[in-house]
Amino acid sequence: MKSDVLIIGAGGAGLTAALHAKEKGVSVRVLTKEYPTRSQTCMAQGGINAALGNNGEDSVEAHIANTLKSAHGMANEDAVRHLCASAPEAVEWLDRLGVCFSRTKDAKIAQRSLGGASAPRACHAQDYTGLKILHSLYDKCLSEGIEILNEKFLLDVIVSEDKACGVSVLDIRSGEVEVYESKSVILATGGYSRVYDKHSTNSTASTGDGIVAAVRAGAKLKDMAFVQFHPTGLKNSSILISESARGAGGYLLNSKGERFVDELRPRDEVARAINEQILSGEEVFLDIRHLGEEFIDEELPQERKLAILYENIDPVTDLIPIKPVAHYTMGGIEVDKTSSTSLKGLYAAGECANHGVHGANRLGGNSLLELIVFGKQAGQNAAAYALLENSDVDIHPQVKYGSEIEDDNDIELDFYKIKEEIADLFYKNVGIIRCEKDLLSAEEKIQEIQSKLHLMGAEDRSKVYNTNRIEFLEFKNTLEVCAYVVREALDIKESCGAHYRID
Amino acid sequence: MKITIQRESLHSYEVDLADATLLEVLNEIKHTQDSSLVYASGCRSSICGSCSMRANGREVLACSYKVQDGDLIEPLKNVNVIRDLVVDMDKALSFNAKAKAWSLVSGEVSLVSQENEKINEVQSDCILCGSCYSACPVYAVNGEFLGPFSLTRVWRYVSDVREEDTKEKIDTIQTNGIWDCTLCNECTLVCPQDISSKADIEKLRARSAMDGHFDPSFSSGFSFDGSPSF
Repeated sequence: MKSDVLIIGAGGAGLTAALHAKEKGVSVRVLTKEYPTRSQTCMAQGGINAALGNNGEDSVEAHIANTLKSAHGMANEDAVRHLCASAPEAVEWLDRLGVCFSRTKDAKIAQRSLGGASAPRACHAQDYTGLKILHSLYDKCLSEGIEILNEKFLLDVIVSEDKACGVSVLDIRSGEVEVYESKSVILATGGYSRVYDKHSTNSTASTGDGIVAAVRAGAKLKDMAFVQFHPTGLKNSSILISESARGAGGYLLNSKGERFVDELRPRDEVARAINEQILSGEEVFLDIRHLGEEFIDEELPQERKLAILYENIDPVTDLIPIKPVAHYTMGGIEVDKTSSTSLKGLYAAGECANHGVHGANRLGGNSLLELIVFGKQAGQNAAAYALLENSDVDIHPQVKYGSEIEDDNDIELDFYKIKEEIADLFYKNVGIIRCEKDLLSAEEKIQEIQSKLHLMGAEDRSKVYNTNRIEFLEFKNTLEVCAYVVREALDIKESCGAHYRID
Repeated sequence: MKITIQRESLHSYEVDLADATLLEVLNEIKHTQDSSLVYASGCRSSICGSCSMRANGREVLACSYKVQDGDLIEPLKNVNVIRDLVVDMDKALSFNAKAKAWSLVSGEVSLVSQENEKINEVQSDCILCGSCYSACPVYAVNGEFLGPFSLTRVWRYVSDVREEDTKEKIDTIQTNGIWDCTLCNECTLVCPQDISSKADIEKLRARSAMDGHFDPSFSSGFSFDGSPSF
């Protein structure tokens, strides 16, 4: 059955879009390659920005100024104004959905400081902010009876008469290709930090699938070279230690026990300062011991658990070894102020989209916010478009979709190994600091691997739940994304925010 | 180090990794020994709920369980296995909708005090990993039992001061719900988020009694004056 609006991705942006589209009276269907509550959104810890002033004076203007400053002049001011001005209403909406935010003594939503912010502005639910927002959105979608189909891997956006009119997916459980028709399509498929693989805080699912499908359908990308490195990933596992640890007064120390940077500078600056220390042979640690056990258990319970599990250290008594790791990708599918891509009928929201609000460096606490503000915008506009779109587009049933998954390659090269090599190379050459020589060698490597793709593939040829095949499809997507990232990084000769050229 | 995995049949693997999580070991096997091994994973930080399975009969998250030599790894119980360690969560998840575990606020949103917030802080930490359904002996014999995580979710909304009307939710969980639980506490023991569905079910029972509901298994066991007649 054809739906009016079809949403790919069931994280914060996808589910928000679904709720707002449904409110417009259209039929909505959501497809996800996982289950909704497994989306990347659940990993957001720090908070969602809104100038509520619940914990000291704040204003929408200050939020705008901080966002623009962090973006290093590369943001679209109108979009930033819309984002920040809509923030109080977005948080109020989440409060109505039942999100269990932490509270102040006078029963207001608690707010804390993150880097680059002039006031405590991040509304949070301990360090489970993303989890609690995502689950509340999911529960609301159930109450609205929104159809969500799990474990469908996006292959292509189907275009007919220059309009998006559905998608083809691989049903992971059956191994069959399926086609879903719709009047409009919203991509909410997340970012591409996993091109850095193990040097990323992200879920293994952040492989840029929607971005690559959008390009194939004819949509444009923007700012792909801009990748945010979070200053504090755990050294061995790249698991995120939230910025709120520094916001609350945590120190960064080198092996000599010296502080070497103002910990609350924007993320790009702090990440570079740490990187410099590491390159000079220092180890770098986050020190939150002085915050005390009670505070750590109340505000950072998840962090404590993860540090004990992955690094065998207890932040209450020990230093936390850290390194900067890929965390958020500012680049994505270019959209206008209606969240529409350059392809008619195709919308995008969340990390896969580029609304021009993050510029060269995203402000902490603005990513959960963009999911809610632009998820709404995309949902409403895709619904309005679907209501006006009466023509029944023929999606060419004779076309065989998904032929790319039928790889009968003779496998000579192990794509898992190559994926790791690329990640190491990208972390080193297309990471926190960049120069022409390193970028060129990375580009050459990507081209070389692309030319050898026919020698790689999924060894497992079975149909049912073939994750070897899915991971190969994801690998091919990350490879495409790598090519876009390195090409743009070469084109931009000047340093700007997260794109830092040393030549 | 040797681990054995329940696939279509038992498969054993030798892995040379010290002090590793089960997920790291599974990745190592898939990437270097056997690409056909299938399991679900995502965040590797115990928050997405993808990698729940059983180690030596006990429900664990693969990303937070440290492997021991000789471990037996199996998929969750009480749920259809799709392949190897991957199970179909759709049925267990469908109970959230059946139990109407969602918020209903239409007017002004009430203020939530720090005290109020603590009431359902832990319950709202649930990651829907499904460990509790695997461990639940009631769900094992009654596939229509609403089950631990959905009842916890009902309590999470019923106990929320913002919620305007909780009667419908309480009415909904009377059949195949709170009274079917034997309070055995297995769900609590396996929860990676330290949630006690058993305790939440007890609170829902108390709330149900206040709303005029009673344990149906006692319905024929009381005389008119309220004294037990057995």
